Amino acid sequence: METNKQLFTVSIYTENSVGLLNRISAIFQKRHINIECISTSVSEIDGVSRWTIVVFVSEEQIRKIIGQIEKQVEVIKAYYHTDEETIYQESCMFKIKSDLLFEDRQIQNIIKESNARIVTVNREFFVLEKSGRRSEVDLLYRELKPFGIMQFVRSGRISVTKQEMKITELLEAFQA
Amino acid sequence: MNNTQTLEASKKTQGSTQRLSGSEAVVKCLLAEGVDVIYGYPGGAIMPVYDELFKYQKEIHHVLTRHEQGATHAAQGYARISGKVGVAIATSGPGATNLITGIADAQIDSTPMVCITGQVGAHLLGSDAFQETDIVGISTPVTKWNHQITKASEIPEVLAKAFYIARSGRPGPVLIDITKNAQFEELDFEYTPCTGIRSYTPVPKLEVTAVEQAAAMINEAKKPLIVWGQGVILGKAEKELKEVIERAGIPSAWTILGASAIPTSHPLNVGMVGMHGNYAPNILTNECDLLIAIGMRFDDRVTGNLETYAKQAAVIHFEIDPAEVDKNVKTDLAVIGDAKESLSKLLPLLAKKTYPKWLNRFKELYQIEFEKVIDKDLNPTKEGLTMGEVMKELNKVTKGNAAIVSDVGQHQMIACRYAEFNQSKSNITSGGLGTMGFALPAAIGAKMATPEREVVAVIGDGGYQMTIQELGTIFQTKVPVKIIVLNNDFLGMVRQWQQLFFDKRYASTELVNPDFVNIAKGYYIEANRVSERKDLSEAVKTMLDHDGPYFLEVCVEKEDNVFPMIPSGASVSDIRLS
Repeated sequence: METNKQLFTVSIYTENSVGLLNRISAIFQKRHINIECISTSVSEIDGVSRWTIVVFVSEEQIRKIIGQIEKQVEVIKAYYHTDEETIYQESCMFKIKSDLLFEDRQIQNIIKESNARIVTVNREFFVLEKSGRRSEVDLLYRELKPFGIMQFVRSGRISVTKQEMKITELLEAFQA
Repeated sequence: MNNTQTLEASKKTQGSTQRLSGSEAVVKCLLAEGVDVIYGYPGGAIMPVYDELFKYQKEIHHVLTRHEQGATHAAQGYARISGKVGVAIATSGPGATNLITGIADAQIDSTPMVCITGQVGAHLLGSDAFQETDIVGISTPVTKWNHQITKASEIPEVLAKAFYIARSGRPGPVLIDITKNAQFEELDFEYTPCTGIRSYTPVPKLEVTAVEQAAAMINEAKKPLIVWGQGVILGKAEKELKEVIERAGIPSAWTILGASAIPTSHPLNVGMVGMHGNYAPNILTNECDLLIAIGMRFDDRVTGNLETYAKQAAVIHFEIDPAEVDKNVKTDLAVIGDAKESLSKLLPLLAKKTYPKWLNRFKELYQIEFEKVIDKDLNPTKEGLTMGEVMKELNKVTKGNAAIVSDVGQHQMIACRYAEFNQSKSNITSGGLGTMGFALPAAIGAKMATPEREVVAVIGDGGYQMTIQELGTIFQTKVPVKIIVLNNDFLGMVRQWQQLFFDKRYASTELVNPDFVNIAKGYYIEANRVSERKDLSEAVKTMLDHDGPYFLEVCVEKEDNVFPMIPSGASVSDIRLS
């Protein structure tokens, strides 16, 4: 059972309502499943929220969990996908001492090669932003670590699927 | 019409809306949903609603229970026997948290219930105010839906949704928390019943091809077995199930919550499945070639070890809740949809068949169970009274027409095994959650919902004492429920497990009980105690003949065990007769 586990990206379209986060997370909690990361935002449809949750479970588990999520009154539709089935990204920010930027050529090279973006620079620190896959973010982290990172933060995964999700049609079908 | 009257009239009839307080709107919503009785307990944060209930007491009968848990179980009993939504109401804080056991029970047993709780004023939310508790957060995992109302204007729409969600599809409990300011504020009241929510599909669309496939599989089967559950009752599909069973000639068994959907005396009714179910349907689950599950969810108490459950059989699952399909038992064919619709579409596609040899297997195994267990339970020759013979005496008088309400444990298993049922919605018990203390208040609700029916609570001495205070509710309302306590001075089922699996170490299962008869009499309820066989029959008759509530304590054998039994984690075919 343990060996069948892999990362799954759960995508959920929901109404935007107070307490729904609690309701969804309780489904994972009840089964003693840790949420690797979670992010919620607006979606392509007005008033509909889009959730991206990453969990490390077996396919059998995730299928049952999707059933439990879809059953919630305010959930419009839930899907699960493997990494291969999605385009996904994370975003991260580094806060680093400014002197390093001017005094160390190597840092400038790292920034250039990693396709990171400088968000702001001031006398004390500069802020670097990078979006990409976890492995790219991790690589940048490892490269910058020796220079001293004042702060580091990484967002949850966001992803879109290669296949279509027919949410608009679902909602239109209700109105018809 | 004088000026003030005109003003009053215009105030109340702008278009089809009325200017009302939030609390009056709550009562108007209940009336619009056809609620005639609610169970509850007042307190600070719900007082405005109670003030309105006082004004509307002719329209809505509010039953003051003695504990909020009792209110939820009473609402459950009301819902289970009537099919209507039960309503419970409580104040904030402890009043609200006391509802949780009943809500969790309703959730796992799919009982339609709306709970209304008062909450501190919206401006105090999050301030740890007196009797503030996050009941929406607390109740989230055990409700089908919940919502907090902080403005009076939300009341009609949210309550309409609450009733719609509670009763539609696979039913369940809904909790609505209303802050005190929303109860005091005024709103323009107009009630429109909820008929749909865009994100919610209560009844998935039935695929006709699935029904056709099911019919083909059933028609080809050599040894089919139907196991039906409460989905048949909730889906009002009893008649359709009976027609399917009779046309296809299939031996049919039931889960504990499916009990009574088909009369116990029906020749194709082969009894209860599960841990303490009947011998034949459990053994033959592992011999059938087609298992047809209808409105049931393959609970672990039904299946035993899943690795060895019906592995030889193809499985068809008729189910309204897609999340139940393949949850525990892998199915070969799922027919997702409403039971009534599915079965009525299935019926004309079925060949008329009988399985005399296969049915005979059930009869043979029944005979073994009869000799080893049933006969000893119902016709004991030993001195002490058995729980089974009490059920036998009860059957003699009620002739299968009573509703039996039970808790959880030995008495429950005996009641469900031996009660005769002629009509649906007659077995009201705490199935999924296994809640001690369920039966007494549930019986109150059941009797109030169907005054024309005989309602008998059959309870153990342990569970009885968990909600014994509801005798006060019975006394105050004079609701004529009959109460049988099967007293073995033990937490019997736990003691049975201790005997069988813990070398008879009876850790905290022996009860030193009070004088139950005197307690009942203290509540001015007629009461009697029986400890000898010669008095049993008469005592049961006296109880049922009595005009009003009645309490009967039957002192039974202390250390009797319930058999058959599938030991926890064992296979259904490893069911033990002793």
